[in-house]
Amino acid sequence: MAEYPIFEHDVLVIGAGGAGLRAAIEASAAGVSVGLVCKSLLGKAHTVMAEGGMAAAIGNVDDRDNWKVHFTDTMRGGQYVNNWRMAELHAKEAPDRVRELEAWGAVFDRTKDGKILQRNFGGHKYPRLAHVGDRTGLEMIRTLQDHGIHQGIEVYMEVTVVSLLKDGDRVVGAFAYEREHGRFRIFRAKAVILATGGIGRAYKITSNSWEGTGDGHSLAYDSGAELIDMEFIQFHPTGMVYPPSVRGILVTEGVRGEGGILKNSEGKRFMFDDIPDLYKDQTADNPEEGWKYTQGDKNARRPPELLTRDHVARCIVREVKAGRGSPNGGVYLDIAWIKEKLSNAEEHIKKKLPSMYHQFKQLADLDITKEPMEVGPTTHYIMGGIRVDADTQASTVPGLFAAGECAAGINGANRLGGNSLSDLLVFGKRAGEFAAKFAKENDHGTIDDSQVSEKVKWSLQPFNNPGGENPFKIQEDLQEMMQDLVGIVRTEREMKQALEGLTKLRTRLANVSATGNIDFNPSWHTALDLHNLLNVSEAVTLAAIERKESRGGQFRDDFPLKVEEFGKVNFSVKKGDKGEMEIKSIPIPEMPAELKQIIEELG
Amino acid sequence: MRKATFKIWRGNSEGGEFKSYDADIQPGMVVLDAVLQIQGEQAGDLACRWNCRAGKCGSCSAEINGKPKLMCMTRMNTLPENEPITVEPMKAFPLKKDLVTDVSWNYEVKKKIKKFKPRAPDAEDGTWRMSQGDVDRVQEFRKCIECFLCQDVCHVLRDHHKHEEFIGPRFLVYAAALEMHPLDTENRLGDLKDESNIGYCNITKCCTKVCPESITITDNAIIPLKERVVDEFYDPLTKLVKILRRK
Repeated sequence: MAEYPIFEHDVLVIGAGGAGLRAAIEASAAGVSVGLVCKSLLGKAHTVMAEGGMAAAIGNVDDRDNWKVHFTDTMRGGQYVNNWRMAELHAKEAPDRVRELEAWGAVFDRTKDGKILQRNFGGHKYPRLAHVGDRTGLEMIRTLQDHGIHQGIEVYMEVTVVSLLKDGDRVVGAFAYEREHGRFRIFRAKAVILATGGIGRAYKITSNSWEGTGDGHSLAYDSGAELIDMEFIQFHPTGMVYPPSVRGILVTEGVRGEGGILKNSEGKRFMFDDIPDLYKDQTADNPEEGWKYTQGDKNARRPPELLTRDHVARCIVREVKAGRGSPNGGVYLDIAWIKEKLSNAEEHIKKKLPSMYHQFKQLADLDITKEPMEVGPTTHYIMGGIRVDADTQASTVPGLFAAGECAAGINGANRLGGNSLSDLLVFGKRAGEFAAKFAKENDHGTIDDSQVSEKVKWSLQPFNNPGGENPFKIQEDLQEMMQDLVGIVRTEREMKQALEGLTKLRTRLANVSATGNIDFNPSWHTALDLHNLLNVSEAVTLAAIERKESRGGQFRDDFPLKVEEFGKVNFSVKKGDKGEMEIKSIPIPEMPAELKQIIEELG
Repeated sequence: MRKATFKIWRGNSEGGEFKSYDADIQPGMVVLDAVLQIQGEQAGDLACRWNCRAGKCGSCSAEINGKPKLMCMTRMNTLPENEPITVEPMKAFPLKKDLVTDVSWNYEVKKKIKKFKPRAPDAEDGTWRMSQGDVDRVQEFRKCIECFLCQDVCHVLRDHHKHEEFIGPRFLVYAAALEMHPLDTENRLGDLKDESNIGYCNITKCCTKVCPESITITDNAIIPLKERVVDEFYDPLTKLVKILRRK
């Protein structure tokens, strides 16, 4: 297409959060030319919101830790439907990835003997999260960004990819627009890596920014790739609930790691009431033991507030439903109480949780060193995503790779806090490495003009529907529906209703209208993003209906128990020949004997 | 429900004007909420940047009632109730559209600053040892969310347009974080004097006042850097030693 500029690279990375940046760095280090496309400005991706830290079994704080324990914790947290090979690679390689960040300039908090400090987090047996106060994600993205800009990577800021371009079965490029003037761009690449993050904007209450519209999931799906585990969404137990305008903003698990406790309106510490059998041996049975654990006592077991996120979120929902919630529909998270234990509590809290202190002080007029916070679950992360090969991060479509939140496998049914940042690094690196290898072994494919002109026409449609539907309103209606019908507690009846709702929303979307001209126009951007949001919402709903059990991030009120048979499969979603969404179950491969043995010994 | 009037700058590099919009005000609302409400209901093509809604990404910088601020961290109850609230783009950068400015200059400046160069690892396993006390200062600088409000308010950039010669407070903080990093072995003092023109800063501390992360930009970053530059290039004793050494 002569009328649109073509940008050519060996490897094109879509998304510039932790995974995308790490992939771009690795690919360019392998000597290939790399283009990096980001929807926002560089360094603003959702990775900056990660607070608690990155999990890696370095053993700086507790030398009993090693990759085997980390592997076991990850598998248990994921309720054993994880891709065990990814969990293994992740646990083995995370320590090197963290040390590498230090070599690139990251400044982690230190232990007394000058090493990288590690903190406790839910589901991790030992203190394992390398961190910088509660702004670890910012440290990570800035380190990668500042390292990456000297690597010769070409960065395209404020560019959104609308569609992948194919030559036969293979992905050979991408069709995109730049925000400022809405001009279309063609990217030609031998290999494409998707690192676009999550889907949180499908829900009303979310910690995600406007960018989390499932772009990578949907781009991959539309190009014929498989998505797996889409039913597993992580509702983080502690989002802000008041004031209304900040509802959903994340309150780091680090608050609980530092000794914060959850209480209901009766002042009761309710997490002791429901400790799952799988975790009984590892969990404190009295408050004193829990406190000792957070203060580094190696003989103490962790407090129940640090059980996995899926479980804590459900306990909070239970308290609220039983009428024991806070005035604004949450529960209380109290870190101020530690003044009973520490003489310098106020100073300690400000030092350990500076951005939480700041966030509540500024947004809620609340001093967390003096008063408890009101918190409730918020849509935070999707475990499901593009099905990839564990070692290479190759999707089921040739030339297409994926890493980070938009890829699936490592987390199974529930992700442990802190495993995301290390996942971004471990598998971002692998995606970069193997995409570069693929690019070296293959030539550029051919860009098909008819695919481009079809996408141009499709993209401009919102300007040809004057007086049509307001895209922001469609998005709002979708978010309300997904929140109500495919949220934390699910039933088949409600989810079937959601499927009907999605069909109606697709009809409305066909008549969506952008106001104004094409220059930096959020109504147009939102209209195009909605296609992706509807794709992922449908995939989530279909998979959640199919999994007739409760496990990790999926809780079914009509099937409240775990079912052994479902522990042996993942659900995969793929575009059928007629464009309809097809779902099938795929058996989880048998775990090798040596990994089984590790789980038996340590689990 | 209370209503508030917003006067928002609408326009592009060729010109523009303030347009008035009314927004419904809920408890705890911030300016960004109102701007997004206006975008969603009245002006779909109103351009603004935002991401995290929690003061962590530095995207939604603007000038609210004339003051450089993050829209997501400016609560409505901190602004006068009965007068219109003005929201306009940053002034130190070229306007793209409405509240969105072209901040690409900042990304170019950063590339020119010599990158981090660590000393050889301290331990055989390739790791380093640093005490917390030694990294506290650098960690303060690394809190920066690159909102560029400090650049916006710096008179060398805003009023005198010295973008070609001066790197601005953000990148002086960035240089300070590298120079004071316990592991770094690079020397950037010559560049700070000649390329970055650190001398242009006359310490009016406007940057420190607007920093949403409360980084003590002037006292902790710029002044110590100026002192290092002076020690290196203008200290008569050092100069003498250097001349004698050369002989």
